[in-house]
Amino acid sequence: MMTFDQILFYALAVIAVLSAIMVITRRNPVHSALFLITTLFCVAGIYLQLHAEFLAAVQVIVYVGGIMVLFLFVIMLVNLETLSQERRFNRQWHIAILVSVVLLVEFGTIIWRGKAALQLPANQPLMDTLTTNNSEQLGVVLYQQYMLPFEIASFLLLVAIIGAVILAKRRLSSDGK
Amino acid sequence: MVEYFVIPAVQIVVVFLAVSVMVAYMTYLERKVVAFMQARLGPMRVGYWGLLQPIADAVKLMIKEDIIPAGADKLIFTLGPVITLIPAFAVFSVIPFSGSQFSVFGYKVHLYITDVNVGILFILALSSIGVLGIILGGWSSNSKYPLLGSLRSAAQMVSYEVAMGFSVVSVLLYTHTLSMVQIVEAQKNMGWWFAVIQPIGFIIYLICGVAETNRAPFDLPEAESELVAGFHTEYSGFRFALYFLAEYANMILISSIAVTLFWGGWLAPFPNVKALAFLQVIPGLIWFLLKVYFFLYLYIWLRATLPRFRYDQLMRVGWKFLIPVAMANVILTAVLRLYLK
Repeated sequence: MMTFDQILFYALAVIAVLSAIMVITRRNPVHSALFLITTLFCVAGIYLQLHAEFLAAVQVIVYVGGIMVLFLFVIMLVNLETLSQERRFNRQWHIAILVSVVLLVEFGTIIWRGKAALQLPANQPLMDTLTTNNSEQLGVVLYQQYMLPFEIASFLLLVAIIGAVILAKRRLSSDGK
Repeated sequence: MVEYFVIPAVQIVVVFLAVSVMVAYMTYLERKVVAFMQARLGPMRVGYWGLLQPIADAVKLMIKEDIIPAGADKLIFTLGPVITLIPAFAVFSVIPFSGSQFSVFGYKVHLYITDVNVGILFILALSSIGVLGIILGGWSSNSKYPLLGSLRSAAQMVSYEVAMGFSVVSVLLYTHTLSMVQIVEAQKNMGWWFAVIQPIGFIIYLICGVAETNRAPFDLPEAESELVAGFHTEYSGFRFALYFLAEYANMILISSIAVTLFWGGWLAPFPNVKALAFLQVIPGLIWFLLKVYFFLYLYIWLRATLPRFRYDQLMRVGWKFLIPVAMANVILTAVLRLYLK
């Protein structure tokens, strides 16, 4: 007999994986985008089950509200008539398989080595995560323990933004001539 | 069992009905106020002073023919209004209407559905979903004007969301919490509304709030003089009514957040002044509604007063003025909080 939590988890997980498959098999990119949104929502639901409320909210704000809106924005400007006639899968499958196998081995190793961390203590709720403020904990860890990686990541994003602006600007000026 | 299922269910039904009625009479209020500002009478025929007009409108919209354009993506065309409507109503689950509580059959009942520890983030997350329905509805209509309208809407909402987020952060620097109830309680403890402490954040929030709800003077996604009716041009009958409901529910929502974050939620004005203590006789819920209706009146007032922005002006105001000012405000507030402690 499964508990309510387990039923919820499997429902979310199954929907997430199924819609992830739908993302890569749909012919219409807008439908793919919608299925991707469904997947992201289910992942947010799983975060909620782990009592990571902050992460769940940020997942929806950043991915669904920001990135997916921009995806749809771009898709709408693309000519869908010509796109639907193009080949769905290109011929680089041997490289793709190589990369996938490497990634699979990597994930496998991580899970195998961290087996102990996956086993939750039975019948013992994670009291510290339930009682204290989740966002506060995340903030303390992010800005004290992982300060340097955090700063490096934000610096990388800044570089990417400036890069994108320069690339876009250059094309604009050459078109103008 | 009763505590976790029955009470929340009753609360959800009550809030849903209350918001629906508020939305219906918001349309009446808007038509009346705009009419008076233009020296007209507004709706007068249905009921006393036109009071039954919203009901007549609702009946009309429901019995109208439901048209789906020939080249439309049927599934997404149907989903669009629903995607916009559901988050617009769902966010009311974390709005604290009043801090007081009463007991029914021995169970404590609050005047809000729930208080989650990421309240304001939950609201921002859900309200960012609403724009998806607008984009998808405009795209799936397979028509030029709706597509242009939804493109504008996407660009506008993504741009103004950033400045709005920063103005919310400037308040959170004082509260040390994301919970909506505790944000109001923080204002009670400080003795000041955050609109007094954070005037820049408050004004930025107001401007962004109007832009986020696609209302005049930021109503470019549905500019009737250039885009017919914008993203909902092809929608008719009940589906159109859903978009309409969502827009007005969002106005009430943005007003409620403004009241909670900046105007002390259910608190009476100047909670720390002894001479004004008699104001606390009036229940918190009434104060909350009064403040919300002030902001709703402001929406109508703006619509009747200001002409529409041009598209490039809209983007310039958003990116080159509001976002830098909001960021500077957050940094300044953070520095002041750190060194004046």
